[in-house]
Amino acid sequence: MSPREKQHALKGDGGGAVALRAERQLHQIGATVLRLAKERGVPETEVHIDEHIQALTRFANNTIHQHVAEQGLVVSIRTAADGRTARVTTNRVDEDSLRAAIDDCLSLASHQPKDSRLLAMLGKQKYRLVRRFHAGTAALTAEERARAVKHACQFAEKHGQIAAGIFSSGQSQSVLVNSRGLSAAYRHTNATFSITMQQGSATSWAKANSGDVHQFDPLELTKIAGEKASRAENPVELEPGQYTVILEPAAVLDLVGFLFYDFAATAVADKRSCLSGRLGKAIFGKNITITDDAYHGHQLGAPFDGEGMPRERVVLVDRGVVKNLVYSRRSAKRAGTKPTGHGFPLPNEYGEAPLNLVVEGGTTSVEEMVASTNRGLLVTRLWYIREVDPYEKIMTGMTRDGLFLIEKGKMGRAARNFRFNQSVLEMLRNVERLGPARRATGEEAFEMVVPPMKISNFHFSEVTKF
Amino acid sequence: MWDYCGHSLEVARRRGATYADVRVMHQRQRDLTTKSGRVGTLGQSESIGLGIRVVANGAWGFASTDQLTREGVAGCAAQAVAIARSSALAKKENVQMVPEGTYVDSWQGPCVKDPFEIPLETQVELLLAADSAMHKVKGVTLSETDMQFRKIDTWFASSSGSKIHQRRVISGCGIVATSFKGDAIQKRSYPNSFGGQHVLAGYELIESMELLRHATRVGEEAVALHSAAQCPEKAGTLILGGSQLGLQIHESIGHPIELDRVLGQEANFAGTSFLTLDKLHNLRYASPIVNVVADARIAHGAGLGTFAYDDEGVPAQCIDVIKDGEFHGYLSSRETAHLVGLARSGGTMRTESWNRLPMIRMTNVSILPGEWTLDNLIADTDDAIMMDTNRSWSIDDRRYQFQFSTEIAWEIKGGKKGRMLKNPSYSGITTEFWNSCDAITNADNWVLWGTPNCGKGQPMQVMGTGHGASPARFRNVKMGMAFSNQ
Repeated sequence: MSPREKQHALKGDGGGAVALRAERQLHQIGATVLRLAKERGVPETEVHIDEHIQALTRFANNTIHQHVAEQGLVVSIRTAADGRTARVTTNRVDEDSLRAAIDDCLSLASHQPKDSRLLAMLGKQKYRLVRRFHAGTAALTAEERARAVKHACQFAEKHGQIAAGIFSSGQSQSVLVNSRGLSAAYRHTNATFSITMQQGSATSWAKANSGDVHQFDPLELTKIAGEKASRAENPVELEPGQYTVILEPAAVLDLVGFLFYDFAATAVADKRSCLSGRLGKAIFGKNITITDDAYHGHQLGAPFDGEGMPRERVVLVDRGVVKNLVYSRRSAKRAGTKPTGHGFPLPNEYGEAPLNLVVEGGTTSVEEMVASTNRGLLVTRLWYIREVDPYEKIMTGMTRDGLFLIEKGKMGRAARNFRFNQSVLEMLRNVERLGPARRATGEEAFEMVVPPMKISNFHFSEVTKF
Repeated sequence: MWDYCGHSLEVARRRGATYADVRVMHQRQRDLTTKSGRVGTLGQSESIGLGIRVVANGAWGFASTDQLTREGVAGCAAQAVAIARSSALAKKENVQMVPEGTYVDSWQGPCVKDPFEIPLETQVELLLAADSAMHKVKGVTLSETDMQFRKIDTWFASSSGSKIHQRRVISGCGIVATSFKGDAIQKRSYPNSFGGQHVLAGYELIESMELLRHATRVGEEAVALHSAAQCPEKAGTLILGGSQLGLQIHESIGHPIELDRVLGQEANFAGTSFLTLDKLHNLRYASPIVNVVADARIAHGAGLGTFAYDDEGVPAQCIDVIKDGEFHGYLSSRETAHLVGLARSGGTMRTESWNRLPMIRMTNVSILPGEWTLDNLIADTDDAIMMDTNRSWSIDDRRYQFQFSTEIAWEIKGGKKGRMLKNPSYSGITTEFWNSCDAITNADNWVLWGTPNCGKGQPMQVMGTGHGASPARFRNVKMGMAFSNQ
């Protein structure tokens, strides 16, 4: 038993960090499935093996009220034969269970019409190396998270505030193999600290996420949220209407995040993308450039897609012009182009999507944006964003946890939260200034690299009571 | 399974836990979809594991594992106790729970036809036939169908001596036609949007939905919406269809009454609630004709919020939430009940899976039917807009201000249903809206709708909730704001 295997076997003792299995153990499971499938005479088989260890310390009212840990391993098997494919997933990894899963998969696949467009599985590929596993994050214990939370709660109490939030950490790995010799592996760590500080009826918020827990300081985030909450009491009620807004990165992320599937070639082919009929056109401002880049230093994620295709960096929007879409193998073949390595695991009806968006930033700091604004609003965070109109990409939602009035270049009183109904396409035509891009994390979209933005004529339609 | 439950409880006790409960869950799921004449998703999944929740040093800990061996569950129990001890580093007071009885029981939800035993060809053929019927309608650019089945076995045991096994089979299905024309995308769904209707039932649900019979109409309405007039921006009378009213209940009644939100435990993510403790028995929530219950009992119907015991072993109950318009009760747990003066939990602790902690969730939060027939309600209405089938939903983090849009609407003029309207939306403040309700249709129109996608908690848990509703009328509602700047 290797040291890592021994550590895994001892998991649970002390409530501390535990270790993932050795990668070769996942490959062994994959090899077992391929062998069992071959014994069944299956022409093509693909196996995803995903393992994760995750823990989360949750606090509210200045105390820990939930504190959880989980670990699990899932084997997902796809068989393909005679133009028919299906997927069966199980977390039982003994040979009998894996054999049963293969049989279920064959049975599912056999009871459907033949699909003449089903492609043969992908052969062996080469992948760029990405290093996203940080030992310090993997080693973080329940007690260390609890102590950091305790310090945040003590800071809140000292300042007459109430803290609520999470401190989570985890590690995961994936292995993908198939019967045509493809073999891919990836592992990463992750950590998130999110805090809401309440002062009276006022709230504010800060959040950070990274593969490396040492890239953020929970107490510093606590202070940021606490300082903002202290300025957010007694909000003024403003008239709804068009305002210049400064969106902090989390607010940008949660709105722009709703565009990601529109860049899927399958969505465009299905005519459900807002980019249908708009490819090659300048639909955003000239200061907007968006790429999908799994290799960006602030991104997490595997360098391969659901079929094992290497992910490519794709320029989606170049200075306002929609330049490219992302393609799975199937959508690429239909479009007569090359796959970009963005496909979802098969079978699925959605095709592909860019999952590592990077919005190019600028050089204006948020403070400089405020100083340049005669009258406007600073938006900390948005909430409950939903699509009202899929083609004009009108989104509705609320501001939350810190909306501040800016007058004559200075931050002023907090304002009552607004509902917005805003076209994201129009919004990205009205960007006046951009700040430096950074890894941002919110609640509506997955993490991306985005800048803060100063935007004119943002539509607020109604106001709430706080 | 009982051996794993018992062994983990014993290890937790030996490690110093003063209370523990454990769930072994075995979940099976099948997903089928089609898109424009072809099979999309065709998959099946299975997951089994154990999660144990403990109190040690007066604080909570939870751990879960898929290692179903005596060693595996023992390690998991030890980890839960160790986590609880670290939680105690930042505790303010010891965990308190109201008393609850001890139960040894086994219960199975209604399921006439096991969906996992129905031939797959039957299921795929039905979906492809409905897909084809929608796609044949000229102007339909995308047709989609789906079916989903889940079978969940839960073995619950507690250090108090309860041992409860429950089996719940959930079925769901839906169809949707999309039409892209010019500069607009329009969509119609049946029997509901975002996955259709989901209930606690077997394949008999799918058969009762008659997907094929509705497919052509759904396609035709999606295309017709392009030619319909825009929903006007005005304040006026609104009639909501049952499924939309179900979602309105979910967002503006179901979530605000969750006691964990009220107490600030969800402040960082799902939000809090305007229903602060001083409002209990002290708030005119709705007009006097409005009665809302949270009912997990099978007597209420086989909804997504129906069970015999919640996930901390409390029997299913019916709670009066709004009685004759007055706010009457919260959704509670064994830990929160005493904070509102209750001697017993309302039995609303639910977990998504074996690897998640139970938390306060909606059960079946339903409006009780009124007296009106739908025809009489329309005949009684001079000027209104009748909206149906949700397209978007959004509400602030204290559950005051909301905005919903629906797929379709019709004008009501002089007591008659008139022309179709596109892009309908309405918005308002929760209590103002519910106080404007002046008519609710009768039990013949009442359906226990399923909302399969309710997200809450960190880590996020997705839960199915039930919402019985029948079409109802509301006065002086703001409409059309979603498109007001276009």
